Amino acid sequence: MKILVALKRVADPDNANKVKIPPSGDRIDTAGLEWKPNPFDEYALEAALRLTEDGKAPKARAGEVVVVTFGPKETEQTLRAALATGADRAIRVDVTDDKLDGALVARALKALVEREKPDVVLMGKQAVDGDSNQVGQSLAELLDWPMATFAATIQEEQGALLVGREVDGGVAVLRVRLPAVVTVDLRIVAPTSVYSLKTARTHKYNDGVRFAALPAIMASKKKPLAEVKLADLTADSGLKVQYHGFEPPPARKAGIKVKDVADLVARLKNEAKVL
Amino acid sequence: MTHPALTQLSEEERFFRDSVLDFAKKRVAPRAHAMDEAGAMDKDLIPPLFELGLMGVEVPEEHGGAGASFFNAILAVEALAVVDPSVSVLVDVQNTLVANAFLRWATDDQKSRYLPRLCRDWVGSYALSEAGSGSDAFALAARAEKRGDRYILNGRKLWITNAAESSLFLVFANVDPSKGYKGITAFAVERDFPGFSVGKKENKLGIRASSTCELILEDCEVREDNVVGEVGKGYKIAIETLNEGRIGIGAQMLGLAEGALDQAMRYIGERKQFGQSIASFQGVQFQYARVAMEIEAARLMVYNAARLKDAGQPFLKEAAMAKLFASEVAERAASQCLELFGGVGFTKEYPAEKLYRDAKIGKIYEGTSNMQLSTIAKLLQAEYGIKG
Repeated sequence: MKILVALKRVADPDNANKVKIPPSGDRIDTAGLEWKPNPFDEYALEAALRLTEDGKAPKARAGEVVVVTFGPKETEQTLRAALATGADRAIRVDVTDDKLDGALVARALKALVEREKPDVVLMGKQAVDGDSNQVGQSLAELLDWPMATFAATIQEEQGALLVGREVDGGVAVLRVRLPAVVTVDLRIVAPTSVYSLKTARTHKYNDGVRFAALPAIMASKKKPLAEVKLADLTADSGLKVQYHGFEPPPARKAGIKVKDVADLVARLKNEAKVL
Repeated sequence: MTHPALTQLSEEERFFRDSVLDFAKKRVAPRAHAMDEAGAMDKDLIPPLFELGLMGVEVPEEHGGAGASFFNAILAVEALAVVDPSVSVLVDVQNTLVANAFLRWATDDQKSRYLPRLCRDWVGSYALSEAGSGSDAFALAARAEKRGDRYILNGRKLWITNAAESSLFLVFANVDPSKGYKGITAFAVERDFPGFSVGKKENKLGIRASSTCELILEDCEVREDNVVGEVGKGYKIAIETLNEGRIGIGAQMLGLAEGALDQAMRYIGERKQFGQSIASFQGVQFQYARVAMEIEAARLMVYNAARLKDAGQPFLKEAAMAKLFASEVAERAASQCLELFGGVGFTKEYPAEKLYRDAKIGKIYEGTSNMQLSTIAKLLQAEYGIKG
């Protein structure tokens, strides 16, 4: 099975307080931010690796995992890390974030999918910076492929994937014929979430994404990493989303102490207006 | 040409360090307290150390290793020690002593027999010390007698790190005591060789999860072709291997100090007294600022010694200094950080007291602080041509 995994580099969500907005309010100041792969995309990579191996012998890859990111030269670090974790090959589409929106990424990915011809496109359900949650769905529409979003489990079948989606009140299971687009949710990296045809159903993975092993880190330098121009993928680089301004969330105000229950009820009624 | 800073990591070094730290936080940290209480390594932790390539960092790919640098080994030892110095020393001994000695001194046949195992599933130990020979290592009493195509080893080894988990032991014994230290010879001894057994496990103050045992050699049979290096040259192997070993212990102590400060900073940033966080009091600020400074100095010394070794430059003095200094820094940092926690730092609910206990060994093993000072002094005397 050949899988294309879309990875996005995002500002480290653990350091959200470092996000600064200049007084002009026309953008987010990215200077000094620490970058990390979008966690949901890391889960997608882990799912892709599990789908292309026998869980007992994860060093051998059955098929190919190709990772792609959209970003400037520095985002190659994100790709190298993915290669060190087990991906076979990487592609960087040279562009900066401010020139992109979800629809444009989906159009460019469509062209890339037509070139690469993967059986599955995997990605996180959303990136934790913009939280747009659009690319997977838009891509499936453009390709006219089956789609499963928010995957919590994936089981490989002949020519199809059985995908469990956590929904209110239970798990919806759907079978998507390949080729397909699947976006993943956090439980996809639980020990028994993903099974390739090769992996025994009794096998249990470690919880979470795998760690990069030193020999693989050393070998990742030799794995191919190609650069592609955005213009080579789509002639239409117009943006459908325009940002009109940014402001930080209001600082939280200090709490107050109320005198008694009557005071509390009055404040809930008159100030908080929840009663 | 401008030189990169010592602490500036290459992309691959950074990936590796981050990966080991990630592993340590997710997999080792949840077990560290229980392993300390039990005084034993969690067996489930050992296979992933091999899978991550941490047990044969410098071993070339053709022997199943990662083919990385000594500096990478140092990064792994440091990163593991941030979370648990016991797991750290398991990896340290494997790389800086055992694999190191095999890489430098073993025959091709020995390399092909043992290096792949060391990279795949065999923990190794370095067996030099005895009850009567600690700092005076060459006074060792273990005997090796040639009988036909094999040597018969007799004696006891003490303080052998990793011994409970190890499958392979680099044992030093004397083939001819009349020749003094020039009779000392290194042997590769497998755990199941006849006459070999692992004895009593020490109940220790710190690094309790790291096993430290006695080895018992009772007519232990070792094939002649398991002599590592030349007969009578074991003293050289012992001395020279320990040079790298010291950098490893320096890295372990560095990681320990970093771990202690990290825990303390998180605590004192949140803990409020007199209506403000403890960390905002000037008296406390000056305490943790000094700890941070000392850690930075220790890091520069450890990294420099490791980078000198990778560059093929002399590093003996720097290694001794790095180990000596880092172990002193670790002890001060662990002690100071425990105090910053206040009363809870004295309890086992928080990791400060464990790191305080773990730090103590740094001044003792792989050459006491006095032996490091002695090494440094001898090198200085040689530089200045001073005799005696």
